[in-house]
Amino acid sequence: MRRLRDWLLALVVPRLGKRPPRRSPPRRRIVEGREPNERAELAATLLFLGSAASALAFPFLYAFDVHPLTQLLGLSLGLACVLLAAALIVVGRGVVVTEELAEPYPPPAHEPEQEDIAQLAEESGDSISRKRFLVLAGGAAVGSLGIALVTPAASLGPVLDMDPFFRTTWRRGRRLVDERGTPLRAGAIEEKVFYTAYPEHADREEIGSPLIVVRLDPAELKLPGERQGWAPQGIVAYSKICTHAGCAISLYRVPTFAPVEPKPALVCPCHYSTFDPAAGGSVLFGPAGRPLPQLPLMIDASGELRAGGNYSGAVGPSWWGVRNRKPTP
Amino acid sequence: MKRAALIVALLALAPTASAQPPSGAGLYAENCLSCHGANGVGVPQMGSLLRGVGAGTADFYLRTGYMPLSSPGEQPYRKRVLFDERDLQALVRYVASFGAGPPIPQPHPEQGDVSEGMQLFTEHCAGCHQVVARGGVAPGARVPALTRAAPVEIAEAVRAGPYVMPRFTNATLSDAQLNSIIRYVDYAKHPSEAGGWGIGFVGPVPEGMVTWLIAAAALVGVCTAVGRRVRG
Repeated sequence: MRRLRDWLLALVVPRLGKRPPRRSPPRRRIVEGREPNERAELAATLLFLGSAASALAFPFLYAFDVHPLTQLLGLSLGLACVLLAAALIVVGRGVVVTEELAEPYPPPAHEPEQEDIAQLAEESGDSISRKRFLVLAGGAAVGSLGIALVTPAASLGPVLDMDPFFRTTWRRGRRLVDERGTPLRAGAIEEKVFYTAYPEHADREEIGSPLIVVRLDPAELKLPGERQGWAPQGIVAYSKICTHAGCAISLYRVPTFAPVEPKPALVCPCHYSTFDPAAGGSVLFGPAGRPLPQLPLMIDASGELRAGGNYSGAVGPSWWGVRNRKPTP
Repeated sequence: MKRAALIVALLALAPTASAQPPSGAGLYAENCLSCHGANGVGVPQMGSLLRGVGAGTADFYLRTGYMPLSSPGEQPYRKRVLFDERDLQALVRYVASFGAGPPIPQPHPEQGDVSEGMQLFTEHCAGCHQVVARGGVAPGARVPALTRAAPVEIAEAVRAGPYVMPRFTNATLSDAQLNSIIRYVDYAKHPSEAGGWGIGFVGPVPEGMVTWLIAAAALVGVCTAVGRRVRG
């Protein structure tokens, strides 16, 4: 931490004290010198700093989730923009020299003429007494606003610690129960019907808990090689949470007469991501970027459905880190 | 003279012919057999097996005009019913005789509850049928609006799952819950409107139109006015 601070100081301090190199030899002035308007400069500087402070409040409000968040975030950004605009108006009216020249300039074809123009611009600012500070304050305002605007990118999700997304309430041998807590029996799972299931004796509010269970024709199954035996009697189970934005998948498209109608699909009602339950939950259509996680199933001696292990991938929406991590075997 | 006698004979015969009960087998042979095969065994790539579909499913497909289709493979939609009530019932009885299947349900929407119905409809149906049952084009099929669906047809569809709709058994949706759903669908045919421009109850489209057509135009106007003042 101290090392980091030293580095920052080493970077910042020399730059603060640096003066622009003197032009040599001194040239004759083109723009007349004027009295600096110190009141306007002070006002502009304060407005710039106020804007910076207001913009910097944004990441703090965001990080600490202050109530009421939306209104305060709006206030922070709005105030920063208004103060910045006010500062720019003050600068434009009171600080920057507005010189009207009657004589048209020849096109800057030659080196000395270009130098003249550079000198003109340079001298125009000579009447500002605290130019450097003013520029720094302006930079701080714009930079802070930039920081405020990129802050929401943090909501794209965690990147480093992804393990919680792979921990779920499902264990090998855990029974599947319906909404009322009754264990699901393999014999009661009918074709063309859509069932929602939960783990027995576990928190149903956990993102990994809700399951979709459907029965397909075993001959139609095209599961990946390592998932053989995950679908006893053609019964497959997937996470009910869409991998796009985390909505609950509640639509089941299932043909009455398979040869001429669209094939079975699990569809999310939010953005119509469509998954193929016969092919390991692969994406058929829509904005989802990865397959629906599948839960291995087994049927116990009494005919009840039990989990055969954990999901084939991370449950829930596809955060940055989830997308980049390779599926666990 | 001979021709006149023939006409008289035909006229005398006509009432007795129409008084005959319609033959389900005959109607089946005329309208269904080419795709569904004899005795409803189904024809590959043409029509599905009808054995065991039951009276409920048959009644639904015929009463809504879903069947017969003009070509196999097209999505059935609500159209003019080709049969009168007696023919329709005869045909339904004949199809139901192929094998045991669920009967025609008898819903009692008056026992249902509109508010519970709306909750259940939102949960189970609205994803495709839209929240006030105006239909759409959801998961790779045209979804019908339910504005003309009779209570019995709704119950039949829920239990049978026509085209790509899933079935809902008694375990997933009880008869009492189904009554509430039907009650709500009936209500949604003429929902109470607080005012404004509904545009088929398709959601926040009117607000969007105000934003884009009125507010955006006003904003462009303001920008133009400001630009003119600065230039002038």
